[in-house]
Amino acid sequence: MIITVKTQQKIALAVLWMLAGLTIGALAIILGYIFVKGLPFVNWDFLSESARRMGREGGILPFAISTLYLTGVGILVATPIGVGAAIYLTEYTKQGFLTNMIRFFTEILAGIPSIIFGLFGFIFFVITMKMGWSVLSGGLTLALMVLPTIVRTAEEAIKAVPESYREGSLALGATKSQTISRVVLPSALPGILTGIILGVGRAVGETAALLLTAGSSLMTPISLLDPARSLSVHLYILAVEGISTEKAFATAVVLILIILAINMTATRLIRRLAPKH
Amino acid sequence: MNRQRHEVLAKTMLQTTAFFSIAAVLLIIVFVFCEGLPALREVGLLSFVFGGIWQPMQGQFGIWPMLVGSVYLTLGAILIGVPFGVGCAILLAEFAPQKLVRIIRPAVELLAGIPSVIYGFFGLMILVPLLRELFGGTGFSLLAGSLILGIMILPTVMTVSEDAIRAVPKSYKMASLALGATHWQTVYKVILPAAKSGIIAAVVLGMGRAIGETMAVIMITGNVPIVPDSILAPIRTLTGNIAIEMGYAAGLHQQALFATGIILFMLIFVLTGLANLVRWKGAKH
Repeated sequence: MIITVKTQQKIALAVLWMLAGLTIGALAIILGYIFVKGLPFVNWDFLSESARRMGREGGILPFAISTLYLTGVGILVATPIGVGAAIYLTEYTKQGFLTNMIRFFTEILAGIPSIIFGLFGFIFFVITMKMGWSVLSGGLTLALMVLPTIVRTAEEAIKAVPESYREGSLALGATKSQTISRVVLPSALPGILTGIILGVGRAVGETAALLLTAGSSLMTPISLLDPARSLSVHLYILAVEGISTEKAFATAVVLILIILAINMTATRLIRRLAPKH
Repeated sequence: MNRQRHEVLAKTMLQTTAFFSIAAVLLIIVFVFCEGLPALREVGLLSFVFGGIWQPMQGQFGIWPMLVGSVYLTLGAILIGVPFGVGCAILLAEFAPQKLVRIIRPAVELLAGIPSVIYGFFGLMILVPLLRELFGGTGFSLLAGSLILGIMILPTVMTVSEDAIRAVPKSYKMASLALGATHWQTVYKVILPAAKSGIIAAVVLGMGRAIGETMAVIMITGNVPIVPDSILAPIRTLTGNIAIEMGYAAGLHQQALFATGIILFMLIFVLTGLANLVRWKGAKH
């Protein structure tokens, strides 16, 4: 039997559409199933109460606060370093060995699996620096993990600022650092923000590294040196130790909603940026 | 004068932040290696890597089953993630109308943003019981891990492949179409070969992600440190080995987990190098 090229194309397209359909289907099933099972258990009490009996009863407030603290520490530490590195890479150096080296290592950092960050955070922050399992240890570990994202997006954003802006500012007699802080950074701000938001998304979802560095206390952390259990770690413990399926589903729903909100904000920012340049 | 000093100060501070990534990577390497090397010395590199038995309580530290588990799982994930990822990429770059692109691409990006613990949770609640029903056994298996990881690496494979396909010069396509080839023939015989190095890089990146994945894996693969004899058998990966036992390990056992980290690190390093090499070679042409 001879298959004509027209038929071939039809078959190929049918297969491609099927693959794409299954992909979207998988996404819909994963999210849909978790929402259907979990949403009925998400209510104000669940969001505003502490956990009782290891999480069998009560809510997730301490873990939501922990997530906020951990992510906050991570982002507050990583942002100045990441944006600074991006400024240096784009404004101060010429394309050369040094920039390639820094970019290469940033790439390596981005490729390191989270469990290795966990090992490092454990031996360096928890043990060597004597911070113990704490918000600080976990947050600093997260800072290392989100650093590459922030560097890369900030670099892209700064590169996209038209050269004429800089020339204009320099021609008016501004110094280089004035030009950067008053002209380049403000126009690159939305792009930089996008990177930070993406970093927040990654930090909120991170589990493996926090398991080894932040501990799994059921209490709300008061100081930076208190142990903390993030929402993602809470979900893991609820599910794997079979503590409560209902609470696990409800926690998963909350986690997904947070991530969705974060990613949508980032996408919106990117879209608003796109037509300008 | 004051102004100049200010400039120098700004530059120095920025320079310091730029070197932070390098410092971080070196610190991570130094600390993980320092902690793991004593175990490698004590157990012996060969018997550590090729040893088939992992029984920390009996002082047996062989990670061969985990190494095999990680490699099988990565291959399984590639087998599922690559056809879907590359298929979606071709569709989005060449065939799908703009309207659909605007739906499919954000959906796949959404897929990329979902934390791995959610995938693991879904696997634990749905996939594992389903496999148990269908094939017997516990359901915690290489197959369950491959399916979930396949979905997880799909966005990486898709985005990088799509970029590679879009980067093929339009003139190639026009020449092929002008010669009377159909659109599919053009894609299959002209565009895909031209985008080959980018697509390979996408696959290697996907492999890197799969091999480093932890949470989803420990929730659905069973974590039994034995070389699997079928796709329905449970496995334990290198990452799983560390995540599961770090909580209570001490002494040589803990060092052996850091040594597991060293081996994992080496694997990732080789894969990242490979990806860069492929991309660099592709960029040259």
